Amino acid sequence: MAEVAEQEKVVKAPSEPLFSKKNRKLVTDPLTDNNPITIQVLGICSALAITAQLKASIVMTLAVFFVMGVGNVVISLMRNIIPSKIRIIVQLIVVASLVIIVDQVLKAYSYALSKELAVFIGLIITNCIIMGRFEAFALGNGIWKSFLDGIGNAAGYGLILIIVGFFRELLGSGTLLGFPVLGNPVEKTGLYALGYENNGFMLLSPMALIIVGILIWVQRTKNPALVED
Amino acid sequence: MARNTEGNVYTVLFAIAMVVVVGSLLAFTASYLKPTITQNMKTEKQQNILFAMGVNEATVSGDQEDAGEFVSTDKASEEFSKYITKQYYIEGSEAIEDDQAYLIDIKKEADKAKSGSYTRKLPLFVGEKDGKKFYIVPMRGVGLWDAIWGYIALNEDLQTVKGAYFDHKAETPGLGANITEAYFRDDFQGESIFAEGEFKGITVAKGNNDPTNNDKNDNEVDAIAGATITGDGVTAMIKKDLAMYLPYFNTLKK
Repeated sequence: MAEVAEQEKVVKAPSEPLFSKKNRKLVTDPLTDNNPITIQVLGICSALAITAQLKASIVMTLAVFFVMGVGNVVISLMRNIIPSKIRIIVQLIVVASLVIIVDQVLKAYSYALSKELAVFIGLIITNCIIMGRFEAFALGNGIWKSFLDGIGNAAGYGLILIIVGFFRELLGSGTLLGFPVLGNPVEKTGLYALGYENNGFMLLSPMALIIVGILIWVQRTKNPALVED
Repeated sequence: MARNTEGNVYTVLFAIAMVVVVGSLLAFTASYLKPTITQNMKTEKQQNILFAMGVNEATVSGDQEDAGEFVSTDKASEEFSKYITKQYYIEGSEAIEDDQAYLIDIKKEADKAKSGSYTRKLPLFVGEKDGKKFYIVPMRGVGLWDAIWGYIALNEDLQTVKGAYFDHKAETPGLGANITEAYFRDDFQGESIFAEGEFKGITVAKGNNDPTNNDKNDNEVDAIAGATITGDGVTAMIKKDLAMYLPYFNTLKK
């Protein structure tokens, strides 16, 4: 099936350069003015769940990069043959199969890594950004554009995830990527000697929402065009 | 395009084709990778058991900096047969020696035992290091989201803990998932599971206020902030699974 669509694609291939201004915009837009989290408010669920540590945020970002890039391309390849009545199911199957294959391959060849990723792999499927981009973009656009759109949105998502993860881990546990940066809370060294305490509330999901809220506020203050009436 | 992708016949055919393609792809991947995955899991079990009794990468390399790491995967099998001198499973009041006892799936055993008539096989590993003998018990319970499990190594007195190792399937990263961290499991070292001759297990307690676990006889270790339910799961798992071994331990003590 996929080959058929590919041949059709070759015939209709646009003659614009690979990195035209329009194509570059596909990648850069989701980073700022069309960010999936702060503007489209998609993918909030995973942004709340996994950002208690910076490392988890980074790992999740990489996983979403892969699934978004490949998934968008697969959907784009099949866009002309997918019956619209069952397109959501087809999209779900594509994400789910990709995720299962990634999970199995990691388990076989990189067991230690797969253990660390265990939770995230499952969470990728629930990420609304992925289904959102399949539905809104890949179903109506060519392979290369869809790939760029996938990468762009994954980057926009990852950017917010990493910012939130950075603050939550720093203020909640006093560490970054597991390294104590503010001293040792048990032995009271570094900042803790001055009476500083970790804010346990930062580790709980609601704080992720508050940080995302602050980011949205900052972004809209800087660019009033984004404010809706 | 001439093709009509809206018709019912086309939709059904597409769905069938999709299922066949995706199904065979996944089936092929799963069966092709299964032997490697099973081997990885076996190795992991050996690493976990060794880790609980204090055999880690530092034992092999002699470098204390490696103490937080498992015995490397390629050496796990060799070290396992070196340090684990005996493997049993306890069935009723009998202990039967079986050098494959570490492969017993305690989840399946627990499920079978629910039916009532089945007597659970309880795996028990005896390890020896530096002339000391340890009894290692596998445990399995539930955390907040999904299964948690671990191994607890008891000293020869069968009263105090030599070391413990915990793992989980899907606890919250940064909170419940921290039961795998050294700062949590190291608290169990030296803790007593008895108080005045009575079995108490070890409670993961919020109000313990003893972060370095100086009081080894209070049957309590410090909980992780924000991981109450996972901590309660660990408490329940230790109490329940260790209790099943007590009758056999009592015969050993005599």
